[in-house]
Amino acid sequence: MSGGGTRDGSLEQLKREGRIVVVGASLAGLRAAETMRDKGFTGSLTMIGDEPHEPYDRPPLSKQVLLGNAAADHTALPRRRAIDADWRLGVPATGLDMAARRVRLGNGDEVEYDRLLIATGVRARPWPNPEEGELAGVFVLRTRDDGEGLQRALAARPRRVLVIGAGFTGSEIASACRERGLKVTVAERGSAPLVGALGAVIGEVAAEMHREHEVDLRTGVMVTALEGDPAGRVRAAHLSDGSTVEADVVVVSLGAQRNTEWLAGSGLGAGPRGIACDAGCRAFDVRGIVTDDIYVAGDVARSPHALFGYQFLSLEHWGNAVAQAETAAHNMLSESTDRRPHLWVPAFWSSQFGVNIKSVGVPPMGTEIIVTQGSLAERRFAAVYGYQGRVIAAVTFDNCRWLPFYEQQIEGTAPFPPPFTTVDRRPEGNKPVPADFPDPSVPTHGPTITLSGYSPADRKMTFTPGH
Amino acid sequence: MRLVVDLNRCQGYAQCAFLAPDVFAMHGDESLLYNPEAAAEQRENVARAVAACPVGAILLELTDEDMAGVVPQEAGAGAGSGGSR
Repeated sequence: MSGGGTRDGSLEQLKREGRIVVVGASLAGLRAAETMRDKGFTGSLTMIGDEPHEPYDRPPLSKQVLLGNAAADHTALPRRRAIDADWRLGVPATGLDMAARRVRLGNGDEVEYDRLLIATGVRARPWPNPEEGELAGVFVLRTRDDGEGLQRALAARPRRVLVIGAGFTGSEIASACRERGLKVTVAERGSAPLVGALGAVIGEVAAEMHREHEVDLRTGVMVTALEGDPAGRVRAAHLSDGSTVEADVVVVSLGAQRNTEWLAGSGLGAGPRGIACDAGCRAFDVRGIVTDDIYVAGDVARSPHALFGYQFLSLEHWGNAVAQAETAAHNMLSESTDRRPHLWVPAFWSSQFGVNIKSVGVPPMGTEIIVTQGSLAERRFAAVYGYQGRVIAAVTFDNCRWLPFYEQQIEGTAPFPPPFTTVDRRPEGNKPVPADFPDPSVPTHGPTITLSGYSPADRKMTFTPGH
Repeated sequence: MRLVVDLNRCQGYAQCAFLAPDVFAMHGDESLLYNPEAAAEQRENVARAVAACPVGAILLELTDEDMAGVVPQEAGAGAGSGGSR
């Protein structure tokens, strides 16, 4: 089968009897497969996933599941329609032969494709010292099995839980522990929780939430070592300020790594920051040339966004996985003139300490912030981020009905600070303040957006040779 | 019965928590918690919640078990049709 669909009828042939392979059997992979069938694809569809489970939803794992309100193995995603796929679950993809159009699997099998969709997502960043990470009682939280194990450990009433990293997941875990009446210490390298994703102004509000709920919050520190007892169970952690925290459960919540190692040497433009693709989800090869038959979607993709200076955005967002999957699936089965760009406005939510946190746009691009409704002190507010005189993002705490309005402002490149005077301005005043994001060259835990593209406005880039 | 709520869309109207309180619950003022795999006997309540959500954020998939004992003409309307988007 020829690569690009053209007027010679090859697109019709692809839709009728082509072979599509989806690597990554989670939210993005499933929604893409459903979209392909919706668009009349009747050929063979193979779904490859390294986990043994059918696609399941992850957000409940750090919320309902940890609270004991839902079982981790009861989070399978509802289907929009039947997809009639050949499922290869419990076996990872281990290689890609772009020339032969073949995906190699961990069990030695090879699967041929006419179109390939890569949606391999991310995995939890493990504790850097493998020996310490192996101690019983040390967890990460990403998969269904992780959620099940951590839930069981919390149900056993540990004397203290240590959460390393106060990004969204770490904060949600701490919140669930407190709700279960467990003692919890949170160690964060940054100056406040959520500081990488939302900046220090909002991070301070998050820090207050932790303290008010009697979380033992330690900021500006790193955990330097985990210590086990003779039976191989974790018992304590040593911190960079010289202190020690005794804990029976340690949750390593240091963000995610992209699942791209299996593509090493394949010639595809894949690396630690994800897989670069064009706005239509077509993957780049290592030479920067766009492929015709390989598409990417979800957490593993990096794509340029017109609203954000064509920066390449990697988004670990639920809604992005759905929207990008739909766009990729559409484009995989369309003539080049019918393809559409993935221009989803980034959006995410979190729920912690009973507060609903939601955001639209790209907060880490913001240099200034202004509270436009409510007040930080009440923990019920909307705040807007500004970048070069325009609205670039907004965040709400228990005020989510304002977000669609700010989404329109972002899409319309509205001016910042917002000129409207009919909405309430509360004690924080009318003047924007610095949003106070950490130096981007210093890694922080838990930002769900990675800005990794070259911006023409930024002349501060330096070349850092490898070791 | 499997369900998922698009929490980007959800604006905390709490209609679902009124109509199917055993499946949906508010957590604080506007956060929603829900059971992603609700029991078959909740089918009617969940269907009402799906229909009542002002932003159409609930995607529901009914399994054969959920449809057992449902009169055929009703089954035709709901089975396998998925959700509400």
